[in-house]
Amino acid sequence: MKLVVCVKQIPDPATPYRLEEGTGWMIRPDDQVLDDTDRYGVEMGLQISHATDGTVTLVSMGPTGNSQGIRQALAMGADKAVLVDDPTLRGADALTTARVLAAAIEREGFDLVITGTESTDGYAGVLPQMLSELLDVPALTYATKVEASGESVTINRQTAVGFDVVTSSLPAVVSVTAGVVEPRYPTFKGIMDAKKKPVETPALADLGSGAGGSQRVTAITPAPGRGAGQRIEDDGQAHLAIIALLEQRKVI
Amino acid sequence: MAAIWVFVEGTDGAPSTLGLELLAKARALGEVTVVYLGEADAESMTTLGEHGATRVLTADSGERLPSGPVASALAGLAKESSPDLILFGQAYTDRDIAGRLAVRLGVGILSNATDVRLSEDGVETDHEIFGGTQVATVAMTGRPSIVLARPKSFQAEPVGGANPTVEALELPDTGRSEARVVESHVEERQGPQLGEAAVVVSGGRGLGSAEAYQLVERLAKLLRAATGATRAIVDAGWVPYAKQVGQTGKTVKPNVYIACGVSGAMQHLVGMKDAGTIIAINKDPDAPIFSVADLGVVGDVHKVIPKLIEALESR
Repeated sequence: MKLVVCVKQIPDPATPYRLEEGTGWMIRPDDQVLDDTDRYGVEMGLQISHATDGTVTLVSMGPTGNSQGIRQALAMGADKAVLVDDPTLRGADALTTARVLAAAIEREGFDLVITGTESTDGYAGVLPQMLSELLDVPALTYATKVEASGESVTINRQTAVGFDVVTSSLPAVVSVTAGVVEPRYPTFKGIMDAKKKPVETPALADLGSGAGGSQRVTAITPAPGRGAGQRIEDDGQAHLAIIALLEQRKVI
Repeated sequence: MAAIWVFVEGTDGAPSTLGLELLAKARALGEVTVVYLGEADAESMTTLGEHGATRVLTADSGERLPSGPVASALAGLAKESSPDLILFGQAYTDRDIAGRLAVRLGVGILSNATDVRLSEDGVETDHEIFGGTQVATVAMTGRPSIVLARPKSFQAEPVGGANPTVEALELPDTGRSEARVVESHVEERQGPQLGEAAVVVSGGRGLGSAEAYQLVERLAKLLRAATGATRAIVDAGWVPYAKQVGQTGKTVKPNVYIACGVSGAMQHLVGMKDAGTIIAINKDPDAPIFSVADLGVVGDVHKVIPKLIEALESR
């Protein structure tokens, strides 16, 4: 089966994010990491690929930087990567991003596209759905379990009250939640191999896609703050302070 | 008067709280048409009217997953009658339909809005960023505008509106095979729903292990509270995704939020910082959660919570 997994390089979430003056766009350093939630999609792709004797292609959009994040995903075992990096795509909105990714995916061909449910840095949370519409295939979203055969895919779809079992024919797009599978850690061999794996960087024009968007950040203002209240060290009696507050708030 | 469409999902046979929250905003912006995914019983329609809907289009996608057919139908209708704004919630099915609809209409989409205002040529929205410490205001041009608002951004409140007119929204064949729902499971849940609970007890990595989450569960039971979790322990597989509170999980606004072993990453704070009272227990005196806590206990959750449970049990 031909699998495409969408991944994103993001600024390390452990470092404070910064915005560019004027545009409000996120400043993206050369050192970016693989979005942690994408590891689940990569693992899912690798497992299905293994079971169906398939291939896993990573597709990504954004500044290449030192491509450390993409290498992380390749080191897990993906076969190759396609990365679209164009300065005109800076500050791209969800629709523009989806159009670019869909064009890159179509160029590759696919049976199944796997994505996360939302990125950690932008978290618009609509990209898998946009991709499926652009690719004109079903979208099976928020998967907590995935089973794919040669012709069809069946998932457990997270709902507000439990889950639904959802099925469709292939080709299709599946978005997976964190925890759907246990992502593997790259082995030393995987890390070495990743350095030799192909990373294609098609030009935006070759994809027949263009930048464009209708959104701009007009202001960044401090939010009304919520101050810290009382702080106590536990001396073995701290639970009494909690109980007093719960009584005061009429919880008990 | 501006034409506002609002997507509302029925849950447990009635309009969802999130949908009613959206209506509170929508009716202040213009004349409201609700696209209702659920059973169109008289009581639900009356509720939608009381919350400001003048017209309801009801949709039933049968066993098809709603996103494809509903987006297709709405795109057709929006091209005919050009609404100014189509408002969704930041929720599973809302996101599915909104994403497809934006592609069909070739318009942008704004996610995670906490407020929305109409402008001359589009909309302006507010978004909490950096754990809710800053607000980004974004302008989007083009019509219709598609906006997804975060839960708990608006206060649901009936205003005594009349019964709306009700029509069925015909769902077309999309011309491709659609995903089908073959089974639905409702998970057994003890206590109130996370998004609606008056009290939430939440656990983070500071608990140390998946087993220790039972401290959170026991405390929650005693307080008739819902249980929540940080993304870290959801990713670690300790608890299911449905319990995740934060940017990529649920937004909660309980009267009291008790954070046990939660460090208070930005990702988490944005989902709970609007709670009435926040109580935090954490070993690390520098944990960011203390900057929003009304009562911060610097201590070991494994010592403080068992004592708290014991004291509550003996009451």
